[in-house]
Amino acid sequence: MIRVVLPAHLRRLARLNGKVELQVDGPVTLRSILDALEATYPMLRGTIRDHSTQQRRPFIRFFACGEDWSHEPPDAPLPDAIATGAEPFLIVGAIAGG
Amino acid sequence: MSEVRILVGTRKGAFILTSDEKREQWEISGPHFGGWEIYHLKGSPADPNRLYVSQSTGWFGQLIQRSDDGGQTWEPVGNQFLYEGVPGTHQWYDGSQHPWEFKRVWYLEPSLTDPDTVYAGAEDAALFRSTDGGQSWRELPGLRSVKGHLWQPGAGGMCLHTILLDPDDPNRIFVAISAAGAFRTDDGGQTWRPVTRGLKSDYELPDPNAEVGHCVHSITMHRSRPGVLYMQKHWDVMRSDDAGESWYEMSGNLPSDFGFPIAVHTHEPETIYVIPIKSDSEHYPPEGKLRVYRSRTGGHEWEALTKGLPQSHCYVNVLRSALAVDSLDSCGVYFGTTGGQVYASADSGDSWTPIVRDLPAVLSVDVQVLP
Repeated sequence: MIRVVLPAHLRRLARLNGKVELQVDGPVTLRSILDALEATYPMLRGTIRDHSTQQRRPFIRFFACGEDWSHEPPDAPLPDAIATGAEPFLIVGAIAGG
Repeated sequence: MSEVRILVGTRKGAFILTSDEKREQWEISGPHFGGWEIYHLKGSPADPNRLYVSQSTGWFGQLIQRSDDGGQTWEPVGNQFLYEGVPGTHQWYDGSQHPWEFKRVWYLEPSLTDPDTVYAGAEDAALFRSTDGGQSWRELPGLRSVKGHLWQPGAGGMCLHTILLDPDDPNRIFVAISAAGAFRTDDGGQTWRPVTRGLKSDYELPDPNAEVGHCVHSITMHRSRPGVLYMQKHWDVMRSDDAGESWYEMSGNLPSDFGFPIAVHTHEPETIYVIPIKSDSEHYPPEGKLRVYRSRTGGHEWEALTKGLPQSHCYVNVLRSALAVDSLDSCGVYFGTTGGQVYASADSGDSWTPIVRDLPAVLSVDVQVLP
């Protein structure tokens, strides 16, 4: 199972208390994780990536195994540690200064 | 005994304030959707327990929430706002053409008769309608064909912030858009035209009498006379007696005719409220005195209402959707400030008390009276 960590606002929106575990069939990529996430929690559609373009929202970041995957192609395979569930896939709200 | 419910949208969540008809003791519920910007929440006139909320942040975009039990529980509904066809372009700050891009919903106006029908005013300016309780949204694209290529964003964005449904004619709708103007449809939203004759914007437009481009801040009407409209323009308080065909100024003796909201008394169609703000470059009340101004003559002659409001060192603003009236026999008037206060008057504005003082900046106030 893929483990996903969501920002607090999205956890509340999806009425989750903790981490998310998802079954992803086929290659484990940004796109396949987000597809599975949105299929399980449809209220998250549009909050992480644009409904139509599927582009990541500007202030969202994707972290995997200590690396920033935000700018990687959506179909690039994620590390094995994400695919096996050894490490969580992090969806992060970018820091807003002030 | 009736219950009064005030729906307050703020920069950091929604709050619901309830009282009995005496309007002396208030219960405060919230924050709902804490941390999110709530540009507007409004109840259905056809089913007061049906509430719609516009919820957004820069991080996660736009959500619409719906309640069927007066705000005790909420359900996220549809949040996909797609411009019809090729979105087209509008004027950008540098004079170039810029593609229409959805940013957020500023205003929600539920149908007067059907709880499942609701209109949404968007930035970039467009009007959307849902007929399934907010699950799905379709644009009414005819509006943007009214010289939309000439519209350009003001400092607050190119937002459609006011939607007025004519209670006598279901096909007639008025909308207002910052830095674009006022528009009317008479065929249920298929075709539109500007209703701006008589508006004059000497310092905002190269042609002060242009058909589009006027920065209309808000419009209101009395339900018994939907052909009479009252407008707070960027500068100037205006009136139309012919459903927007022509406008004339009624600023009269106001200390400033700049401001954002305008409201009309529930039982007195010629009694109007505005909250003057010093200027467009100093968004706070003249002389640091927070004063609501009331005209009982349909404009021109205004009296300051100050009892209970701060009369020194007050530098808050009152935004366009943050003034509302209730329908009780002794008309209640309510407004929220960017300083987080919500003030209430149970006597048509003669005296005021703060219900709350320390909310986040208030973006919208609406009020319902429940049997």
